[in-house]
Amino acid sequence: MPKSLLFKNGRLLDPKNNLDTVTDLLVSDGKICEIDRFETEPDNVKIFDATGLIISPGFVDVHCHLREPGQEYKETIETGTAAAAAGGFTTICAMPNTIPPMDTRSIVDFVTAQAKSSGLVRVLPIGCVTKESKGDELSEMVELADSGVIGFSDDGNPVHNPNIMRQALLYAYDLSLPIINHCEVPELAVDASMNEGWISTRLGLKGMPNSAEEVMVARDISLSELTNGHVHFAHISTEGSLSLIRDAKSRGVNVTCEVTPHHLTLTDETVLGMKNQRGKYEPLTPYSYDTMAKVNPPLRTERDVSAMIEGLSDGTIDMIATDHAPHSTVDKMCSFQEAAFGISVLETALGSILKLFHENLIDLSTLISKLTCAPATFLKSNLGTMNIGAQADLTIFDPNEEWEVLSDNFKSKGKNTPLETTILKGKVKATVYGGNIIYQDP
Amino acid sequence: MNIYNNTGPSVRHILDLDTFSKADIELVLKNATTMEEVLKRGIKKVPVLRGKTIVTLFYESSTRTRASFEQAGKILSADVINVSSSTSSANKGESLYNTALTLQAMKADIIIIRHPDSGAPNFIARHLESSVINAGDGMHAHPTQGLLDLFTITKKLGSVDGKKVVIVGDVLYSRVARSNIWGLTKMGARVVLCGPRTLIPNDFLNGHRAQEGHPFGGVEVETNLEKAIENADVVMALRLQLERQRAGHLPSIREYSQQYGINKAKLSLANQNVILMHPGPMNEGIEIESDAAHGQYSMVEEQVTNGVAVRMALLHSLASDSNHPTNSNSNKEIGI
Repeated sequence: MPKSLLFKNGRLLDPKNNLDTVTDLLVSDGKICEIDRFETEPDNVKIFDATGLIISPGFVDVHCHLREPGQEYKETIETGTAAAAAGGFTTICAMPNTIPPMDTRSIVDFVTAQAKSSGLVRVLPIGCVTKESKGDELSEMVELADSGVIGFSDDGNPVHNPNIMRQALLYAYDLSLPIINHCEVPELAVDASMNEGWISTRLGLKGMPNSAEEVMVARDISLSELTNGHVHFAHISTEGSLSLIRDAKSRGVNVTCEVTPHHLTLTDETVLGMKNQRGKYEPLTPYSYDTMAKVNPPLRTERDVSAMIEGLSDGTIDMIATDHAPHSTVDKMCSFQEAAFGISVLETALGSILKLFHENLIDLSTLISKLTCAPATFLKSNLGTMNIGAQADLTIFDPNEEWEVLSDNFKSKGKNTPLETTILKGKVKATVYGGNIIYQDP
Repeated sequence: MNIYNNTGPSVRHILDLDTFSKADIELVLKNATTMEEVLKRGIKKVPVLRGKTIVTLFYESSTRTRASFEQAGKILSADVINVSSSTSSANKGESLYNTALTLQAMKADIIIIRHPDSGAPNFIARHLESSVINAGDGMHAHPTQGLLDLFTITKKLGSVDGKKVVIVGDVLYSRVARSNIWGLTKMGARVVLCGPRTLIPNDFLNGHRAQEGHPFGGVEVETNLEKAIENADVVMALRLQLERQRAGHLPSIREYSQQYGINKAKLSLANQNVILMHPGPMNEGIEIESDAAHGQYSMVEEQVTNGVAVRMALLHSLASDSNHPTNSNSNKEIGI
């Protein structure tokens, strides 16, 4: 096995270093060794012909769910990291909503150890804000920080009590770690299963109004100002949240946010079902109530999607995160109300968001920065670049290859995608982690 | 009758009235008239559905809807099996999907489902070969109630077209209201929703309906009952669930009743020939006073009888089609 890899003739795209050029890239000893044209090939080097392909830093996902320990029937660290590799991600952050949750060092250590032994990519754990994510008492954040968590979140359980949120921000301040909050006022979303609007009205489903998210975003901005603590807004989804965050950032408030591929590309009409392509006012079919489109925060309206794209372009939205939420068939083979929230996203993320580039809504370098250097900056790490000497984590993709989403082919155990049989444009061809090719498109 | 224009399997289902055209509805009402004649016979039995199996699968309690379907099926000589959540495997944790597959494996021709979750009938229709009739799902739809209400109005007032129909009460949670809004608007009625704003879906309040192509663009909202009821041809009272007060929608049942309870005095503001309808079961003294519920304008009992006739018409159309997917029998009037 040659220790070096030479990527020939690829388009190197490294937004952090303003690099966008077609050249060769030599990886040696797991590190990025040289970026230059190689007229002659060095000895003992494996050649990877990247003609027509883009090589970018390996993608970084700050928000996914690996389900281990506790719900291994939905996903394991092994399958989740394999899905990450297939999606071009070399670093993923695991949310703490495992069973038991990652509220103590032993659970975090378990996840880290599993990732080392069975994971294909780097797994960075996120610790709970409160014990058992119940929202009552802070978790032992210092010990969690020692064990390597990159932030604190109670994941799907919003930190409901504003005083606990305040204390968490104060306590985490000296750890220099963010509090990652899923913003949703539960009282405004009782039994809700989708966005509130025409679609929920006609389907007879209880909706979550945009306000359910925005009220808590506004609260957390205020608490961030009060404490100087870093609030990171998970998966924002509404136009109103965006304008609140835009305003806060302009005042220098210590907040960041992420958006998911689905909130950038899909609306609540997806719930009407794939076969219903006749428009939101047309009759429902048996394919309506598509549980694959049930996700929290819910898919919103065209207007919100446009706002998300604009926020991504103008920098209000710092990064793209997948919120990869794998579920088993039984979790979705039921009525909409009963179905689990979540979409299996890792393997469709790139193909989904490249739509924005193909439709000229955002330039490629900005888009890729939101998957690489931007989340790396959030993690205060030097990942997400192709600096000489950096660990060789690379994503090699064809931005123009069209492919059909077939969940049977997913590496993830979670086959829950609303994109089944959709044609996406843009495909990961290979993923390199620490100088090794860990995924190659068959 | 193009009851369900599915692009997939050749199965027909009755999931909601949004799939019904005006002509479809007219045909159902016409066939219901034929069935009504059967109901009046001394021996109420015709052999048209002999050898067909109908299963009622009820995950919510029901008296009239279930009995109505059972009666309709039995008059048409179908074998009717009643399964309810208290007797089904639901209590043993069996999923809706597996229960439905089991019933299909027993060769049920038609599965009639009532379920607390909106879309449960769509879900089982997606996976079954049997025909599915929605007997009420969550807050979504109750299409057979909508049809029997249209039948009742048509019989009493001659037609639905141009009539002012006021739907009073808990529209937000009401599947009866939703199906009736589809049916009534398709048949040309002027529909007015009346209730406190807390019980009207936000989509009816926020101006979205002004968008082009919105099917409910013409539906009006009037929160004042006296104004709403003025010149009304039909007043439909909806059942008020008592838990709405606890959920914060209402200060008290008392105040609701004062503002929105239908009584004889309020009905006097309507057209002289107004009819009063209620899907049942009634909370007498809350959304409807006894003097109205059992008064001269009340159609409540007629609605029940009409329900059997309408369901007979629907069962006949579906069952006679189920063996012959391409058979256009259901496009024809029924002669018995």
